[in-house]
Amino acid sequence: MRYLPKSDSERQEMLAACGLTTADQLFGQIPAEARLNSPLNLAPGISEYEIVDYFKSLSDRTSNGYASFLGAGVYNHYRPIVVDTVVSRGEFLTSYTPYQSEISQGTLVTIFEFQTMVCQLTGMDVANASMYDASTAVPEAAMMSVRITGRNKILVAKSVHPEYREVQRTYARNQGLPIEEVGYNPESGQLDLRDLEAKLDKQTACLIIQSPNFFGIIEELRKVADLVHARGALLVFTFSEAASLGILEPPRDADIVAGELQSFAISPSYGGPFAGIIASKEKFIRQLPGRLVGQTTDSRGNRAFCLTLATREQHIRREKATSNICTNQALIALMATVFMELYGKNGLRELATQNLAKAHYLGSKIKPHFTGPYFNEFVANPAARSIENVNEALLKKKIIGGLALKKFYPELGQAALLCATEMTKRADMDTLAEVFHG
Amino acid sequence: MVKKVRQHISQNEDLIFERSSPGKIGYQLPALDVPAIDPSEALGAANVRNEIEGFPEVSEVEVIRHFTRLSTWNFAIDLGMYPLGSCTMKYNPRINEAVARLEGLAWSHPYQPESLSQGAMEVVAKLEDALCEITGLDAITLQPAAGAHGELTGILLVRALLESQGNPRKRILVPDSAHGTNPATAGIAGYAVQNVRSNDQGMIDLEQLAKLVDEDVAALMVTNPNTLGVFEENIMRAAEIIHSKGAMVYMDGANLNALVGVARPGDFGIDVMHINLHKTFSTPHGGGGPGGGPVAVKSHLAPFLPVPRLKRLKDALAWDYDAPQSIGKVRAFYGNFGVLVRALAYILAHGGPGLRNATVDAVLNANYIRHKLAPYFDLPYNRPNMHEVVFSDDRQSAKGVRTGDMAKRLIDYGFHPYTVSFPLIVHGALMIEPTETESKQELDLFIDAMIAIAKEIDEEPAKVTSAPHSTRTTKVDEVTAARKPIVRWKP
Amino acid sequence: MNYPESYRYTKEHEWVSLAGDTATIGITFHAQEELGDIVYVDLPKPGAALQTGKSFGSVESVKAVSDIYAPVSGEVLEANDMLASAPEKLNEDPHGAAWLIRVRVANPAEINNLLSSADYQKYVGAES
Repeated sequence: MRYLPKSDSERQEMLAACGLTTADQLFGQIPAEARLNSPLNLAPGISEYEIVDYFKSLSDRTSNGYASFLGAGVYNHYRPIVVDTVVSRGEFLTSYTPYQSEISQGTLVTIFEFQTMVCQLTGMDVANASMYDASTAVPEAAMMSVRITGRNKILVAKSVHPEYREVQRTYARNQGLPIEEVGYNPESGQLDLRDLEAKLDKQTACLIIQSPNFFGIIEELRKVADLVHARGALLVFTFSEAASLGILEPPRDADIVAGELQSFAISPSYGGPFAGIIASKEKFIRQLPGRLVGQTTDSRGNRAFCLTLATREQHIRREKATSNICTNQALIALMATVFMELYGKNGLRELATQNLAKAHYLGSKIKPHFTGPYFNEFVANPAARSIENVNEALLKKKIIGGLALKKFYPELGQAALLCATEMTKRADMDTLAEVFHG
Repeated sequence: MVKKVRQHISQNEDLIFERSSPGKIGYQLPALDVPAIDPSEALGAANVRNEIEGFPEVSEVEVIRHFTRLSTWNFAIDLGMYPLGSCTMKYNPRINEAVARLEGLAWSHPYQPESLSQGAMEVVAKLEDALCEITGLDAITLQPAAGAHGELTGILLVRALLESQGNPRKRILVPDSAHGTNPATAGIAGYAVQNVRSNDQGMIDLEQLAKLVDEDVAALMVTNPNTLGVFEENIMRAAEIIHSKGAMVYMDGANLNALVGVARPGDFGIDVMHINLHKTFSTPHGGGGPGGGPVAVKSHLAPFLPVPRLKRLKDALAWDYDAPQSIGKVRAFYGNFGVLVRALAYILAHGGPGLRNATVDAVLNANYIRHKLAPYFDLPYNRPNMHEVVFSDDRQSAKGVRTGDMAKRLIDYGFHPYTVSFPLIVHGALMIEPTETESKQELDLFIDAMIAIAKEIDEEPAKVTSAPHSTRTTKVDEVTAARKPIVRWKP
Repeated sequence: MNYPESYRYTKEHEWVSLAGDTATIGITFHAQEELGDIVYVDLPKPGAALQTGKSFGSVESVKAVSDIYAPVSGEVLEANDMLASAPEKLNEDPHGAAWLIRVRVANPAEINNLLSSADYQKYVGAES
């Protein structure tokens, strides 16, 4: 087998060095009743060419060749070629977690740059080396709030991504943390401030809010922050469309930011792997979960980097750890890092304004349902037909329509969530509008 | 004498922000085919940011040079062996990378119609089937993002089943040899942790276990082979004791590389386990992730698995959200799909017999190292080991040199250090797992290096205690990094 | 190393110095030596309650965290602010300037349950 670099004669030599004659003797330590005595019911190994053929046939049975208006937490953005060039280098792809600083400075520097850019993008003071994704970063941020405030109630806006809320529920249930949802204004699509005021109390650890929210609407963060802070609670901000931060004012009033960088050269890849972020004000640094890279010097006085504040982590605190996270998403975060450095200050702004232009062009052809300001997604109602009808008709034109919202928000009826990015073609938007209007 | 490496010049490189200059660009977007729009008009002036302060402005050339130079400062599997115990740092096949990037798979959106997702869903189905076959368990979720995440999921499943019986119980038993994520996980799942001491063979002490297990115990978390690399010979008896009180056995799958094709956790009493795709199934570590932490279970735990579950209909695959007893979602969408593709490619490349051969080589490699190094390093437990071996630094620490020092000196010999000071039940542990993808040449070089270091301790101990000497970065000041953390660049 | 005779000591390596009903509490020289370079000290706020035998804070080195256990019960009056910005002082002067907290003790007689300087030194001599 091409990944096993030993010849049979070498195996025999090595067995002999161990005082053994057959490979089976290596497993003598396994009690008979625990041993597997028949071969695994798996086909024999196949060649590289057959593997590629097989996966190509699978790839052909997907959305290959279709235009798409899906957003809803996972976005189609161009991926510069250089991103894969960099992450394919063996020294990045096949390296281990940078526990041994002397031989991991490459990885450590990239993470330090990542942490820096996350802070610059979000307006926070400190950020960690990445989380699995936003859906798991959000509950971690909520748990941070609970630890910091000593309170136990969590408020979450209903317009936060439904799957983030679901994951939050799974985590909170087991920690005995009550969660309450705060509604949205049916006209603007923004957080209902009166509902928030009614639900904020002395037990509230945090409010979790997303902007642009799941409907694509931009929230009035200053007003929300004022209300939340007045009650001594923390503001946890989340986002799923990182490209929005190229143009939108960052959440400077938030205490903790837990978001998603998938838009930055991370393939949609049927839902993962992605790269979540968690960032906060300086004073909460010791409450941050996951890995942190810090700057220091080596014994010769040269600048060097290392993993730091490890005492928060599982391998030292064990049952008192801030979280049980071990792996982060280093390689995926590296993709985002390369992307951010390639696009840079101006590129992210141009990317964002292009997204804005495309979505607002679509919004000029199909009237958005909500009145609030939107970035690159908005909710719309098909005029005469059901959304299933619309999407079926679109599929025949090799277009995947927007996400039908009824499964998450039944009160929105036939509405769909439409997303247009810099990759969306005008002609496809015109077709979509035609079909939408029936 | 160091045979494996020789010094060479490596490029210096600043932080990208230090290379930045206003106006430099590394990108180009196509021209807009729709009218441009004024952000202030569309969003409201208050919502528009000024600029991303401090963000870099560099060209594509500088980006390529930046990352290429940085990459040369890293050690990697592609350069040589990582003897890290329980990490299973095996070769990352490049075909995995190619198939994960096939357009249809890479660009599939999780919310696209199922009719356009059958190819992606088949990856999930095939991997589920293969992992159930390998582990001897009945059902599985591929949703968790990594091992620790899988652990939490597994314990939540246990909790859900016990809750459905009326009492979630209070404690989880964790061996003192366990990986740190185990007690951390138990705590987050709302359980108190009770440590189980290993016996003088480094294994589960059945007598102690029997005393500790009562109706307040929800589960025992085990690693098998354990973190000494030793197969728990009493695992089936231990499972019986646990089961007799209505509790369950959770297995940390970190050491699955010793078992594939040879023994199946489902056959030796395990109710639930997590699998590390980035260990046993070759998906790349990438400097710290992503991973994949599927959780496989016996049928009694299946109703509680996260939603959605993949349903196999007559002519199609479908996602099934109808699972009233499910613990819910442990993350958005379906899992680290890109990682699942890579793991499946690995399994297809090996096939059934091939996977077993890989296990044989993994165990052979570790035993070869054990026998060659046993004359020089203390073996704290005299049991046969499987895919990894644990020595202690007793002999060397008597001369003032500890496991951490030797590990650093190993860097000068061209290797990554082994796992230091873990498991905690061994004083001054050296935990070594070569994996099956190491050649005899690489193993011999490693053995020679370790023996040379052992000899250096007698002749020039300072060389070892102040190592490494040949790296471009010498030992870093971790104390100042922790006292005065600087975790971002500032102008 | 000087372990002041007027102090009392615990097997968890804390020391207590009692003046009336106010106790000053710290960790011993032996403790800081075992921990290595101290990077962070986590102390309770004034007003917090201390319960004999329970953890009231922690001391961190790069690779380890150690809980600090209350040798007596009472109410925290003051925490040593200096340690927030200069945790290394705990390595330099653990018995003096780098005290951890001052406490109003509930029951001064509790101190009689603790080890004398001589007994503590014997204890750590035996340990090492």
